[in-house]
Amino acid sequence: MTMRYITVFAALVALIVGVAMTMGSAFTMRLLVEASAYALIAMGLNIQWGFGGLFNFGILGMLMVGGFAVTFVSYPVNHAFWQSAGPLMLGQVVLGAAIGAVLIWFAHRVQRFGVTGAARGAVIVVAWFIAYVIFRSQMDPAANYITSTSGWVGGLGLPVLLGWAFGGVLAGLIGYLVGKVSLGLRADYLAIATIGIAEILRAVIKNLEWLTRGTLTVSPISWPVPNPQFYQANGADITTSFILARGGFLAVVAVVVLIALFLIHRAYVGPWGRMMRAIRDNYIAAGSMGKDVTGRQLEIFVFGSVLMGIGGAILVSFVGIYDPSSFQPINHTFIIWVMLIVGGAGNNFGALFGGLFIYMVWMLSEPLAQSLFTTLSGWSASQGWGAIPDIETRAVQMRVFVMGLIVAISLRFAPRGLLPEFIKRND
Amino acid sequence: MNDFIFFFNQAIIGGVVLGSVYALGAVGVTLIFGILRFAHFAHGDMMTMGAFIAFVLAGAVAAMGIAFPLPTGFIVVPFAMVIAAVFALGIDKGFYAPLRAHGAKPVTLLIASIGVTMMIQGLIRLIFGVGTYSFFETQPKKLIRIDLPFEGVTRPISFSEPQLLLVLSTIVAVVALHYFLTRSRLGKGMRAMADNPDLAKVSGINTRLVVRVTWVIAGALACLAGTMLALDVSLKPDLAFNIVLPIFAAAILGGLGHAYGAIAGGFVLGFAETLAVFNWAVVLRPFRDALPEWIEIPNTLSLVQSEYKLTVAFVILVVVLLVRPTGIFKGAST
Repeated sequence: MTMRYITVFAALVALIVGVAMTMGSAFTMRLLVEASAYALIAMGLNIQWGFGGLFNFGILGMLMVGGFAVTFVSYPVNHAFWQSAGPLMLGQVVLGAAIGAVLIWFAHRVQRFGVTGAARGAVIVVAWFIAYVIFRSQMDPAANYITSTSGWVGGLGLPVLLGWAFGGVLAGLIGYLVGKVSLGLRADYLAIATIGIAEILRAVIKNLEWLTRGTLTVSPISWPVPNPQFYQANGADITTSFILARGGFLAVVAVVVLIALFLIHRAYVGPWGRMMRAIRDNYIAAGSMGKDVTGRQLEIFVFGSVLMGIGGAILVSFVGIYDPSSFQPINHTFIIWVMLIVGGAGNNFGALFGGLFIYMVWMLSEPLAQSLFTTLSGWSASQGWGAIPDIETRAVQMRVFVMGLIVAISLRFAPRGLLPEFIKRND
Repeated sequence: MNDFIFFFNQAIIGGVVLGSVYALGAVGVTLIFGILRFAHFAHGDMMTMGAFIAFVLAGAVAAMGIAFPLPTGFIVVPFAMVIAAVFALGIDKGFYAPLRAHGAKPVTLLIASIGVTMMIQGLIRLIFGVGTYSFFETQPKKLIRIDLPFEGVTRPISFSEPQLLLVLSTIVAVVALHYFLTRSRLGKGMRAMADNPDLAKVSGINTRLVVRVTWVIAGALACLAGTMLALDVSLKPDLAFNIVLPIFAAAILGGLGHAYGAIAGGFVLGFAETLAVFNWAVVLRPFRDALPEWIEIPNTLSLVQSEYKLTVAFVILVVVLLVRPTGIFKGAST
């Protein structure tokens, strides 16, 4: 087993060195930073799916929430907003939402006053409707006012690292709500519910122009370490400045990943991990042993979401632009699943390996496909059939196909991943 | 009266058209779930694939210089459905059948269907690029207008020819499916297997054949739905990927594994979406004089903004999953 770990990670290092030799150090640094962030997200999914057996197809939503958090915390303060009547109007919105929440709370407890059955259902529906109307009547003018007077809310102007942490907290909070409403569902239903909630989150974040600037996008988002422009101002040439700045970023991300890996590995081998595996493998038996199945599942759902939120925040702050419409299910949900399936669900090192490896395959299949197509095109032109049109846009799409093929092959021939879950037995 | 015709054109026709697409898609999803017990995520991409098959066929027919009074894309649908059914069988043979033979859990099949989704999407974009195509580049898209014989009515009821064909072919497909499921031996076998696979097997039903027939029906219906949707709007690689979730919502709303439920769920969702974004102020305007003065009709009075149209389906999906996960009609569960 140890041999396998050494082989797999040695192959990964060889791949990285090979990429650095052919594509240059600056590109490799960028690849490694992004791959590490994806590895962190894959570890988050490993907590949910590998430890707890919980389907989460709403990873995209968590990444968007994390990205929003880092944008909100670290972007400079928008004074035009704070000096306008905007904050006051938002206060009214909160008040309206609170009134609605109280109304709904009472409606759900209406059976204490002797209203039951269909009548109770009707009361609940009416209460939700009234709450919605109250909320909309406050929200719409406030949103219009803010977008017309000050553009958007702006940020808080705090350090980026705080933004990453806030990304984790906010994603954990959303994860708690998502888990609270949907963890009663099993397997396929849970997958569909989480993907539905993620799509709702995506639509909301994309259209809340007053809060996130929506499709107008926010940039630049600062780095926790000096950026290339800083090194360039101090006299470094462009390539060196990118290597230095990205290297610094990579160091910070690597520290975050290693801390997360250390913590979740400790948790996994400890009693907590054993309990989670027991719940995953047989929740009825675990429940009969006195374990709080739903509560524990909620716990892992939140933990996984926290890692995903931090990963999303890191990605957004590295790219430097928050563009809600750039988040796509294939690039931000399905690819994480491919990482975990290939790496090995239930194995933290498998998730780490899968995240790094699959992201590299994803990024490298584009230039590889491009060179393949160029060769093919040259051949077909020499045969008199004409060249292949639009090679560049087609090569970008090749990677989606490659990912699908990888997951199909992996499920068929290595269903437990390259580094399968390792269960220690004391007998 | 004109305002009501506006309401009819916008909300009712829109709801029926959208509902038909959802219903056709949801029937396929629900049949696969009933027989094979997994949520087949690649169904949306099978719809897109079917639409592209029809597009290629229509292009070939048009290149031969044959013209029809109906849209060429509609004429070639039966042939496209046959090809799509063969593709569906091939996908099952290539990716799902080996996993089933290894005794994989439904969850693994669900993940495999994600892989198939990505492969189909990648291939479609690889071959056709990311651009938008139209079935109506060489022939016009006909509009049908019906003037109403009432006094003071200037606005006609209007819809396009593809929309009419979509609704008609949905009705034909649903009736045919109904007779297949209730009258034919195979259809009865399918329903038996959906109810209890083991019992169906020991009763001598050829379950392998049933699985194959399920894929044929699902592939053909997906092709029909995709082509009709592409005829109504336009053809692009993410045509159906964006509506696969509303389709799942429709299937769950009707109860997964329940063919009639899926049809009902599709129409409920179609109407819910169009009614939720409809601007109700238009309908209220004729009563402006009858209302007391202190009530002012705002310019826009829709339940949700139109940006959130698709979100309506997801909200309904989540609410149904929480309140009644078995759907309107009691569906199969895992």
